[in-house]
Amino acid sequence: MDLTTNSMLLTWTVFTPAIGLTAILALLALRPLLRLSQQAVDEASRAIGLMASLAAAALGIALWADFDSGTSNLQFIHRFVWMKSWNIEFFIGVDGLSLSMVVLTGVVFLAGAIASLPWWGRLDDHHPHFSKKRVPAYWILFLLLEMGVLGTFASQDFFLFYVFWEVMLLPMYFLIGIWGAPTRKDPDGRTRGGPYAAIKFFLYTLAGSVLMLLALIAVYYASGPATLADGSQAQHTFNLVHLTRQAHDGIFVKAGAILGIPFVHIVFVAMFLGFAIKVPMFPFHTWLPDAHVDAPTPISVILAGILLKTGMYGMFRFNLQIFPTGVVWAAWAIGILGVINIVYGAFVCMAQKDLKKLIAYSSVSHMGFCLLGLAALTPQALTGSVYQMISHGIVSPMLFLLAGVVYDRAHTRDIEGFGGLAQKMPEYTALTGFAFMASLGLPGLAGFVGEVLVFLGAFAAQDGIFRVLVAISALSVIVTAGYYLWTMQRIFLGPFNHRWEHLHDMNWRERLTLYPLAVLTVIMGVWPLPVFDMIRETLNTLLASMPAGIAG
Amino acid sequence: MHEVAPVLQDFPLLFLIPLLPLLGAVWNAVMGARMQRRFGNAAVHVPAILFPAGSFVISLWSFITLAGAPHGTSMYNYLWAWLPIGNLQADVAFLMDRLSGVMALVVTFVGTLIHVYSTGYMKDEPAYWRFFAYLNLFMFAMLVLVLGDNFLLMFVGWEGVGLCSYLLISFWWREREKAVAGMKAFVVNRVGDLGFSLGVFLLFWGLMTTPASPPASNHGQVDAHGAAVAAHGEEAPALGTSVAFREVEQILQDPVKRTRIVDRNVLGIGLITLVCLLLFVGATGKSAQIPLYTWLPDAMAGPTPVSALIHAATMVTAGVYMVARLHFLFTLSPAAMTVVATVGALTALFAASIGLFQNDIKKVLAYSTVSQLGFMFVAVGVGAYWVGIFHLMTHAFFKACLFLGSGSVIMGCHHEQDMRKMGGLKKLMPITAATYFVSCAAIAGFPFFSGFFSKDEILWKAFNSGNILLPGGGLILWVIAAVAALGTSFYMFRSYYMTFSGEYRGAASHGHDVVAKADGAHGAHDDPHSTDAHAAHGAHADPHSDPHAADVSGHDAHGGHGHLPVESPWAMTSVLAVLGFLALAGGYVGLPLLWGLPNVFEAWLEPVFASTADRVTSAGFGHGVEWALMGFSIIVAFGGFFAARVLYKDGRSPIPARLIASESALVQGTHRVIFNKYYVDEAYGFVFVKGSLVLSRALALWDSRVIDGLVNLAGTIGRAFSFLQGAIDRLFVDGLVELVGNVIQAAGTRMRRVQTGRIQAYVQGMALGALALVALAYLLAW
Repeated sequence: MDLTTNSMLLTWTVFTPAIGLTAILALLALRPLLRLSQQAVDEASRAIGLMASLAAAALGIALWADFDSGTSNLQFIHRFVWMKSWNIEFFIGVDGLSLSMVVLTGVVFLAGAIASLPWWGRLDDHHPHFSKKRVPAYWILFLLLEMGVLGTFASQDFFLFYVFWEVMLLPMYFLIGIWGAPTRKDPDGRTRGGPYAAIKFFLYTLAGSVLMLLALIAVYYASGPATLADGSQAQHTFNLVHLTRQAHDGIFVKAGAILGIPFVHIVFVAMFLGFAIKVPMFPFHTWLPDAHVDAPTPISVILAGILLKTGMYGMFRFNLQIFPTGVVWAAWAIGILGVINIVYGAFVCMAQKDLKKLIAYSSVSHMGFCLLGLAALTPQALTGSVYQMISHGIVSPMLFLLAGVVYDRAHTRDIEGFGGLAQKMPEYTALTGFAFMASLGLPGLAGFVGEVLVFLGAFAAQDGIFRVLVAISALSVIVTAGYYLWTMQRIFLGPFNHRWEHLHDMNWRERLTLYPLAVLTVIMGVWPLPVFDMIRETLNTLLASMPAGIAG
Repeated sequence: MHEVAPVLQDFPLLFLIPLLPLLGAVWNAVMGARMQRRFGNAAVHVPAILFPAGSFVISLWSFITLAGAPHGTSMYNYLWAWLPIGNLQADVAFLMDRLSGVMALVVTFVGTLIHVYSTGYMKDEPAYWRFFAYLNLFMFAMLVLVLGDNFLLMFVGWEGVGLCSYLLISFWWREREKAVAGMKAFVVNRVGDLGFSLGVFLLFWGLMTTPASPPASNHGQVDAHGAAVAAHGEEAPALGTSVAFREVEQILQDPVKRTRIVDRNVLGIGLITLVCLLLFVGATGKSAQIPLYTWLPDAMAGPTPVSALIHAATMVTAGVYMVARLHFLFTLSPAAMTVVATVGALTALFAASIGLFQNDIKKVLAYSTVSQLGFMFVAVGVGAYWVGIFHLMTHAFFKACLFLGSGSVIMGCHHEQDMRKMGGLKKLMPITAATYFVSCAAIAGFPFFSGFFSKDEILWKAFNSGNILLPGGGLILWVIAAVAALGTSFYMFRSYYMTFSGEYRGAASHGHDVVAKADGAHGAHDDPHSTDAHAAHGAHADPHSDPHAADVSGHDAHGGHGHLPVESPWAMTSVLAVLGFLALAGGYVGLPLLWGLPNVFEAWLEPVFASTADRVTSAGFGHGVEWALMGFSIIVAFGGFFAARVLYKDGRSPIPARLIASESALVQGTHRVIFNKYYVDEAYGFVFVKGSLVLSRALALWDSRVIDGLVNLAGTIGRAFSFLQGAIDRLFVDGLVELVGNVIQAAGTRMRRVQTGRIQAYVQGMALGALALVALAYLLAW
């Protein structure tokens, strides 16, 4: 594979948010000079933020248009030596898997950006709205976050990946902590709210990062010599392509045991846990409901739509690509944990009274499908796993946007406190019903494709346990239908609760985010072929590297 | 073996059959509300009727083309590859063979008629457009179910009709019970769907892992699960994988391959048996059979045209269609066939027994539907697939007619559904009464009515079946079904006489002879004009709306106004007339061969089921027995009729009231148990609904207290640990005299200066910090 720089398009995509961010910084710096009012700066920041996310999304689509789906080789490579003393390269490029995530990132962030604007719709002036608070800082962090996510998906150097991974962390912390819900006491007297959720998210994810950092160092020192971008020879490497090749040559299998445990196993587990926290996998999922409940709507959208996928993506890119034997070794455990996610998440959902918390737990449940698909290692299951990531990346933003719609108006998300809202908000009801149906895997919509492929593929796995796991996790389709319809029933149907007389239906900002996502949901449900084409070769290559007899 | 080479003939318009109603649904969903406001109802229902009517025309065209083509030909329309992953190939492709052709015709024909009927029945509905959008969406889903060429596409329709059923049952969502009924229908259907999908997965896996040829002794081995794994990591050629019906059928036509897969066992039973049983679980959900029938009676909360279309004529027959469609699988497993037929027979009897005591006219029809579906499953369960489809078709005619007749009655009686408050409508609503009677005669099996031919054939095939593994063979099925048929005849004519004979009781006050104690149990009125709806939409409501529409609960009020029921408008009665005619004459396509007459229907479907025909065996009873049974059927039909006539005609006989008022514990107990539907709903509610709610609350508590508790505990320990460290520091610092103290003080002064709020200072600090880190890294590295 030729790894020399051959395109700058991806670089532009990744750093477009950084351009926007710099523009806002420049605006702030020039503010005294230009005598701009606070309001002017705010509006300009919003415009810049929106433009930058629009540009990043457009560039993502442009990458896809230019992408050769006939190969699993990296494309749009930009590579040079970054820190010579540590053999660290700046090395970005995409294969089908990365590209699917890059495109999704653009879409999700664009939806998030639109939802962050106070434009095109009435806002309740009596309640402070996050979109009017410290606006330039919000957009700086927003764009920094987008750059971090795009970089994470584009990096083909382990160290660079780690850097971008950490770049994602900090903006998220502030976005939840500052723009999220204020500190409050929950009914049990425990302190909750944005700051609590933010620090929980931060520390939890940081703990995962530490594990990943250890794995990264271990892998580096176990790696063999490689040629750097400038042609020089290095003793060790962070370059993922080299690492993968060396892994297939067995270098890590031969590496010395750590604390008496085989190298591959211990490194595999450290990386896996680091990613699993982000997914989030049971029992490391409890930061998610807290973060979602207290994050502002667009941040929930981004968190559910794309940040969770960085965890799954990491498992594919590192655990599966570098340590295929590790996945085979751990398949049972991953599969079982995935099933716990699916079924446990669904049941916990049913007991929730906060709409956002319910959606958060449904994310736990749906991300379990990705884990199960990864563990099963058949073409259908792997494809289903990736497809589930993408469809969840479209549907869960819809759900969080919808939760935001009612919260902006009613300032509560207590499911039991509504009733008969369909009378007052028919359009909102229809869209929520649609999103619920998509999320519960109604055939013909996006969610079904991922679910059925994971189930079908896992059922066809060689190991008989997967048939048991599918049978158990398939129970979730009933529970999922139960909690969504019950929620529908409690919020929208039945006699109208006259407390909500003042609610008004959707505005144009909300339509602008929800309808395009709804259209995508339908397209992805009936015509998934373009996505399959994009990821097929990459997944085939991953499967081909499996130990003999595993690939189905 | 009769082999028919399947030939696919391209029919590029096939996709329009499901697509047209979808367009209609989209049109009304997007534009309907505005069109209705500006131009009135016609702007909504004209497109809503034209789209499914277009589907009917194209279905007919395709059907005629099919009839002209050689045997074994199917109309085929490939659109695009849907799920092409690895060895899985599921296309978006439609296929019309002789079976799905019949289904498509029935669905589009009856469906279009019911759209026409709805223009009358729903005319005062504020959300008229929404109703037609849902109805069209249903047609789309149903036609995908029928015409889909593979399991997964069929599943799209399969769940799609479930969704539409939910939407339409909950159509008047302002009333909580109706909304809950819709929810129940969807969730119970999903239980069935789970079985269906597991069946498909199991079949896919089975085909993929069963080697096509016996493993050679030294090259391959069969692992514990029966999957063939060649010694060198190469898989032996499998039977082939497909989810397309015709391809699976083709694989199973090969005697060698068939033997290979029939011989496979999973969990101690045959793979094919397990596949069929799982698929049949899906059928019990969709077609309301034991144990998943409970949603259908509740589904009567929906508008009556919906009950006719979805919960009688089309959707609920999907399970029967599925079993017939998959005859090539079911025939391979006598055990599964026995289960299908037995469940069908038991459901037929069970539902008929509940139907005997219902007073809500729609509930009677609902249980009768459950019961009739049971008959269809008996037919397909004994391998008489064409008979099952035949009864499906005749049932679609007469049951749709009955439901629409009940709708006409309900509308005439000002949204009253309790038959005890009807009566005497024959004079007031002659067309409704006549068509209702004809349909009752059809469902009871009066000779020369459509139901006679199909039901009698079912009874005969059950009796004569050689495939049933029960002791006594088909005889026991026949006995159960015959008793159910007797019950059917009785309660259907009971409903006829209670509704149409005697004097109109709606005007009278309570205290009539048949008014029982359980009056309050029938709260669910089929009422398009709920008070809430009126309050909300009063502004848009049609100016011609019935002034009494808002009288939801005041039965007596009708009497006070002295309004007698009047015959329904033309749009409704004409549909009743068409369906009534078909209920009478629709059976002539399937005349009994016994009479030496041509059976067009059987001959038409013969090529579809030809590949398995030789494995369906008969017990070998002769014509004499068949004649005798036919005579017996007629006796049964008339027996039920006369009993009902004696007891219920004109409401004069005192026996029913006396029986209900009886003090006898046995009579009371039996009546209470049956009237309350054997308490199955209550049991399900307790075990499954309560059970999963309790489980979910327990798990949520566990999640927030234990799992998250541990996380917070870790945080607390971390803080406590750092506090401890701080305390130790302080103690030691205190001991280390003023020197250190001074240093700290000085540092503190400096630190205070850091918090100046000036951005430059922060940037400076960050830069210095970064430098320090770089320096540190440098030092550590070398």
